[in-house]
Amino acid sequence: MERLAILLPVAGYILFTMLLALWCRRYLARSGGGGFIEEYFIGGRSMGGFVLAMTIIATYTSASSFIGGPGVAYSLGLGWVLLAMIQVPTAFLTLGVLGKRFAILGRRLKAVTIVDFLYARYRDDRIVVFCSVALLVFFMASMLAQFIGGGRVFQAVTGYSYEAGLAIFGVSVVLYTTIGGFRAVALTDAVQGIVMVLAAVVVMLAVLDAGGGLANSIQTLKATDSGLITPHGPNNSIPGPFLFSFWILVGLGILGLPQTVQRCFGYRDSKAMHRAMILGTLIIGFLLLCTHLAGALGRAVLPGLESGDLVMPTLAIDLLPPFWAGVFVAGPLAAIMSTVDSMLLLVSASIVKDLYIRYQLKGDVAKIPPRKISAMSLGCTLVVGLLVFLAAFNPPDLLVWINLFAFGGLEAVFLWPIVLGLYWRKANACGALASMACGVGMFMLLSITKWPVLGLHPIVPTLACSGLAFAVGQRLGRPANPAVVRLFWGD
Amino acid sequence: MADKRYQQADREALITLAMYVFFFVWWTASAFALGSGEPEEYSYVLGLPSWFFFSCILGYPVVTLLLWLVVRRFFKDMPLDTDPTGGETGQGGAVTGGPAPLKEGD
Repeated sequence: MERLAILLPVAGYILFTMLLALWCRRYLARSGGGGFIEEYFIGGRSMGGFVLAMTIIATYTSASSFIGGPGVAYSLGLGWVLLAMIQVPTAFLTLGVLGKRFAILGRRLKAVTIVDFLYARYRDDRIVVFCSVALLVFFMASMLAQFIGGGRVFQAVTGYSYEAGLAIFGVSVVLYTTIGGFRAVALTDAVQGIVMVLAAVVVMLAVLDAGGGLANSIQTLKATDSGLITPHGPNNSIPGPFLFSFWILVGLGILGLPQTVQRCFGYRDSKAMHRAMILGTLIIGFLLLCTHLAGALGRAVLPGLESGDLVMPTLAIDLLPPFWAGVFVAGPLAAIMSTVDSMLLLVSASIVKDLYIRYQLKGDVAKIPPRKISAMSLGCTLVVGLLVFLAAFNPPDLLVWINLFAFGGLEAVFLWPIVLGLYWRKANACGALASMACGVGMFMLLSITKWPVLGLHPIVPTLACSGLAFAVGQRLGRPANPAVVRLFWGD
Repeated sequence: MADKRYQQADREALITLAMYVFFFVWWTASAFALGSGEPEEYSYVLGLPSWFFFSCILGYPVVTLLLWLVVRRFFKDMPLDTDPTGGETGQGGAVTGGPAPLKEGD
């Protein structure tokens, strides 16, 4: 009975997302031919402010915002909460720096993916192939890691098996993404964002209550280890250079994450963008603060857990009545599903649009009947989703390992080609290729050898070098095609 | 002459970066000016160490409020739709009457 009460909120939430996706079908049914691609992969560029804000936040936040991050805060205290708050500008930075130019160009070029945009800018097949492969590999690995995380949380909180959890949310996320496309992804992201905020509030209140209030919990932490209430952590475990590296990794570097940047193609008008900048900042700040602070204060309530990763599930089980534990577990599941759905759709877009339509059909969708394009897109999403889903039952070590580099690796590949392609007239294909190759190579090398360059996170030297490589490559290569520059800058 | 909308968009991008720098300075200043001493000597606000209160609790509402002011004051609505000549795939997208300051010679 108790276990059923936990499942109730989860079931309700999943049912609601499925209904939402079914409702989105009508838009797909109405679109035909070339319109299908615009509808399925970018939702007809119709997102309003609230949905835009939520889809950026929900896509960006993942299992680590609910489980991993708070887990580290449990071990290292308030210093890790400080670090998490570096992510507050995610929405306003992405939209403010890239937003309007991207939206204008996306419409002018009919671009629905970042690879579309990069091809239109650099006109180089090697870039398309490189980016598509990087995107496929890194996204598949990230999706797998999210699925595994979700299965484990589900198991820890509900007591049902890992496989059962995976089956419930894995199948539903693959299904609703397949049938509903981008519109379903964005709308469910909005719902998932709300569920996440609700879950964060529930667990935060529970921790405050159990710890005897804020002041009391802080004093307990101080008595445990006074390092827990400093910005640098116990025994200086969060040293300055490492802490400040996060202003690149989860700060400026997010301008190179294809899954959030792509959102800039999809909003309805500039009013929506303005609203999303403000709403997005407020909501992501609140969400990150609640989850990470709950993790840190959790140490005062439940000292002595073997691993920080256990803190959030254990808090939910120990402190909350079954129904509210269910509300909590819907939070991380929502965070996971909203990340996976976006990546899944982008992988599918990459295969269908960036590779199949571009090379097999020479860029002309009219060559095959619209029905076939739509069947192919849906099929592609379904197959990729099921592959990752099946892999999660017995995760291949290679993909789990690749996931460690996925976040930084995506930034290493995409950041400079996107930003410089958008703002630097002289950026050319040779520069972009040099920066992508140098970025991926360097990031893998530094991460694997764990070579501490000045105590910084590997992403900082990587982006410095790949930026330099862009500048050098730009000088060596053929200048950018003037016609392309005119098209981009509207001269 | 470049697309006129870009001038405004670039101005907004610069303002965004300025807001980003502001948040960075706020975060750094409050966390390290108030928090680098010994935990024994910390002052507290609402039971939280004051460095934490200012950097983490107050920081994001302040930056949100400032964003709201800045967006209201400096950000401009603009049409995003493409010019009538359309994109390169030439399927003729929705043209809902943006200003068409563009001439292209692709």
